[in-house]
Amino acid sequence: MLLPRARGPLSGLLRHLLLEGTEELAELDATARGRAATMPALSALDDEDLQLSLWMIYELSFRGFDDVDDRWESAPEVAGLRAVLERPFEQALRDATTSWTERALAVDGDVADQVFALAAGFDEGPDLSKFIRKEATPDQVRHFLRQRSVYHLKEADPHTFVIPRLTGPAKAHLVELQYDEYGGGRSGFLHHELFATTLRQAALDDTWGAYIDDADAPTLASSNAMSLFCLHRRLRGAAMGHLAAFEATSSIPCRRIAAGLLRTGFGEDAARYYDEHVEADAVHEQLAAREICGTLVRTGDVTARDVLFGAAACLVLDALQATALMAQWEDTGASDLAEAPL
Amino acid sequence: MTDSIGTPATEVVLCPGGPALIRSDVAVVDVIVAEGQSVARRPVVALCRCGRTGRAPWCDGTHKLAGGPTAKTLPTRKDEP
Repeated sequence: MLLPRARGPLSGLLRHLLLEGTEELAELDATARGRAATMPALSALDDEDLQLSLWMIYELSFRGFDDVDDRWESAPEVAGLRAVLERPFEQALRDATTSWTERALAVDGDVADQVFALAAGFDEGPDLSKFIRKEATPDQVRHFLRQRSVYHLKEADPHTFVIPRLTGPAKAHLVELQYDEYGGGRSGFLHHELFATTLRQAALDDTWGAYIDDADAPTLASSNAMSLFCLHRRLRGAAMGHLAAFEATSSIPCRRIAAGLLRTGFGEDAARYYDEHVEADAVHEQLAAREICGTLVRTGDVTARDVLFGAAACLVLDALQATALMAQWEDTGASDLAEAPL
Repeated sequence: MTDSIGTPATEVVLCPGGPALIRSDVAVVDVIVAEGQSVARRPVVALCRCGRTGRAPWCDGTHKLAGGPTAKTLPTRKDEP
């Protein structure tokens, strides 16, 4: 994919740096530091320009960009900028999750019980999967799929970076989970390949990054949170807590979304990705919460607070994504969405 | 069944309030149910233990919908009665 279009001064200057070189580095640095210093609490989660800039930097560590030299990934200018932008992002995630983390820590049980209790009791945001099952129009479903493509087309990849940071049973079970995400070694069954099929069946573009220019801030922030957690060793507990909460809120919503895809006429091939996740994630939630997070906390490798921060961050960002989508659907009639560029 | 160094070749993990995880390094798990049989396609499977799954014999997460005797819940918010 090519670098996404700029969404503000920060992403504009970053684009220029990655494409042209270092002429405006001082201006980029000053812009980033100024933005980070003056950003009100929580607003980092909703700042398109900051989130897109972080997304571009993280993507250098995944599949890169056709128009950017791969050496930028480890260039000091980019690493420094990443650190500056990560600080307000991480702080916003902590501010948005503190009360949930505290309530989960008060649950009498082990960290798996706490993750499951948090996932069951979390009540922010609208229930998107119920809306998709019962009410969403075909155009709204396609809008949802375009936003989800930002993560689902690289599903599981961030967590692979965590494997070498774990040891013993937690590592074995993360590999076991990832092996399933990657289709059990069968080409064509990787979960992100199943999602590509869903996109094609919905007459959408399955090219990596095709809809990045349409991605809203919460969608970018959700993807960025996984990169933040999974690319920092100190956040490995949050990475695995995020994974556990993601899996623990997947089986039942996926069943509803699969039903919604069938109801709106996209067919069984389109629904297969969601159908697969009903059973897969009923396994994965147990692996992630009990055998990965449970082991990590029991052995003292990470704290329950680390795990629950990541779990709560997953749920908060998911709620922000759902809120943003539903708000756009309330503002825009289905007919307008149909006319919007795909 | 154990191998020569005493490691079980098939492991069953009972998840409190949830399914039974089955992992086997012998072969894929093959479950016989009333309607025939269901062959697992993944390295570890979760068998339903609550009887409410829509994907028998596999767990589909339904046990979480109605809570259950072992389900833990969050304490109420400080500002709630």
